[in-house]
Amino acid sequence: MSKLVPLPDAITRFVPDGASVALGTSLESVIPFAAGHEMVRQNRRDLELVGPISDILFDQLIGAGCVRRVVAAWVGNVSAGLGHNYRRAAEQGVPRAIDVEEHSNLSIGLGLLAGALGVPYLPTRTLLGSDLVSRNPRLEPLEPGLLRVGAIEPDVTILHVQRADDAGHAHAWGNLGVTKEAGLAAESVILTSEEIVPTDVILSDPNRVPLPPHRVRAVCHVPGGAHPSPVQGHYGRDHVAYAAYHRATRDQAGFDAWLREGVLDVPDRAGYLDKVGERWPALRPLVRCPAAPVDYA
Amino acid sequence: MAVNAADYTPQELMVVAAAREIRDGEVVFVGMRLPLLAFALAKRTHAPSAIGLFENGLVRDQLPPPGLYTMGDPPNVTGASWATGLVEVMALLQRGDVDLGFIGGAEVDRFGNINTNLIGPPERPTVRLPGSGGGADIACLSKRLVSLMEHAPRRLRERVDFVTSPGYGDGPDWRRRQGLVRGGPSAVITTLGVLRFDDITSEAYLASYHPFTTAEEVAAATGWPLSIPACCAPTPPPTADELRLIREADPDGFWTR
Repeated sequence: MSKLVPLPDAITRFVPDGASVALGTSLESVIPFAAGHEMVRQNRRDLELVGPISDILFDQLIGAGCVRRVVAAWVGNVSAGLGHNYRRAAEQGVPRAIDVEEHSNLSIGLGLLAGALGVPYLPTRTLLGSDLVSRNPRLEPLEPGLLRVGAIEPDVTILHVQRADDAGHAHAWGNLGVTKEAGLAAESVILTSEEIVPTDVILSDPNRVPLPPHRVRAVCHVPGGAHPSPVQGHYGRDHVAYAAYHRATRDQAGFDAWLREGVLDVPDRAGYLDKVGERWPALRPLVRCPAAPVDYA
Repeated sequence: MAVNAADYTPQELMVVAAAREIRDGEVVFVGMRLPLLAFALAKRTHAPSAIGLFENGLVRDQLPPPGLYTMGDPPNVTGASWATGLVEVMALLQRGDVDLGFIGGAEVDRFGNINTNLIGPPERPTVRLPGSGGGADIACLSKRLVSLMEHAPRRLRERVDFVTSPGYGDGPDWRRRQGLVRGGPSAVITTLGVLRFDDITSEAYLASYHPFTTAEEVAAATGWPLSIPACCAPTPPPTADELRLIREADPDGFWTR
């Protein structure tokens, strides 16, 4: 049965108000910006965002008022440092106050792994002596020299991949971050994909499949869906977009204007990429680097 | 050949100082920003066999390509020795494979504790900072830790508001009492100098000041009475070769101008 649906339908069906959503599982790359922007257009509210370092996507969703809680190791702008919306929300409650569960990258990775394994917690040697422990109810002393990290189980994990078929078989390559853990820990997985390919393309290389397809509830064809973050083999990181975002969003009015122009007044991803203009084709790789084929005989 | 202070930026000198912390053959947790350049510089000079770890799930033993601005830029994956997940790379760190870790920070105190979370009361901070990222993990679990930051009294404080990444806590033996199995800060490289830590007191002292400043100016820009031992000397400036290599790696001066 085909799971291929338009992105707005997948967000409507699997990301209700109040949902816990894992995004940006590969850290700076393959961040599902298109899916995040669709949540803004559908005026989603009271979301809990889960992710280690989602660059400016979390900042955008916070500024749009979609977020009640953040479970993250880092929220900001990798190019510029601080995220203006995150600051306004945490410091002034603008546009609304948010609750922050403070993690490190390892603690969020282990929390998701515990969720993936179906166990209540995992032990770790990190964060001993860090004040993060006092700001995170999921971190507790286990025994001398070990902390326990409670399981994190998002309602939905959204992954952007290079290629998928309409049944949820997919290939992802490059740095994977917490992609597998977040995908296995979640109740539902939505894939947004650069390409939709025949099933036999995916089955030709099963080691490159991040998750078993039965975990995937929806597949959406969204070329350019991770811009301005990079996608291995498809496009590089648009550093200019991050710097421009930082400058444009210094105050709430600036962010509101950015959101209107870049998200609310844009019908879909193709319309968004038109607005990126000539920077978009310039992000394509100049040299191809295909891997040597493998033989599954 | 050394060059004049007018010919390089403080950030370029920080990259050079950071690169010199890397010994050949070491496993280095690289992190973001200036350390990306320091790792590339060390690989092209005195540490060609150094191995780089990246928390997004990469291990690299080949030289990173020029123009790399984040660890997630596709050229950092091309030719990586391992492309995997965050937990796998952090496993290497937790097991004790990492000789040297680099992190940045907003504030550091006299015992090398680093804050990247918040300034002011936690419930309503006056400044909300981005958070730990992998910094706290690297500070807890690397054998040696080097941090890089801007040098100003508000950044080098007697005591940080929030300990994201533990240094030596409140002094000797603190790390052991927390249950930390290894590590601790080995240097703080700032825009004005290099701080190191006393073996007995665990307190930071000024090991060197950059050639464009003086030890007194560095002390005046530090938020506690900074110890200046007799051996404190100017930071060795970049060589012309080192500067050329940094500018090749960061052609637009994205991180260093």
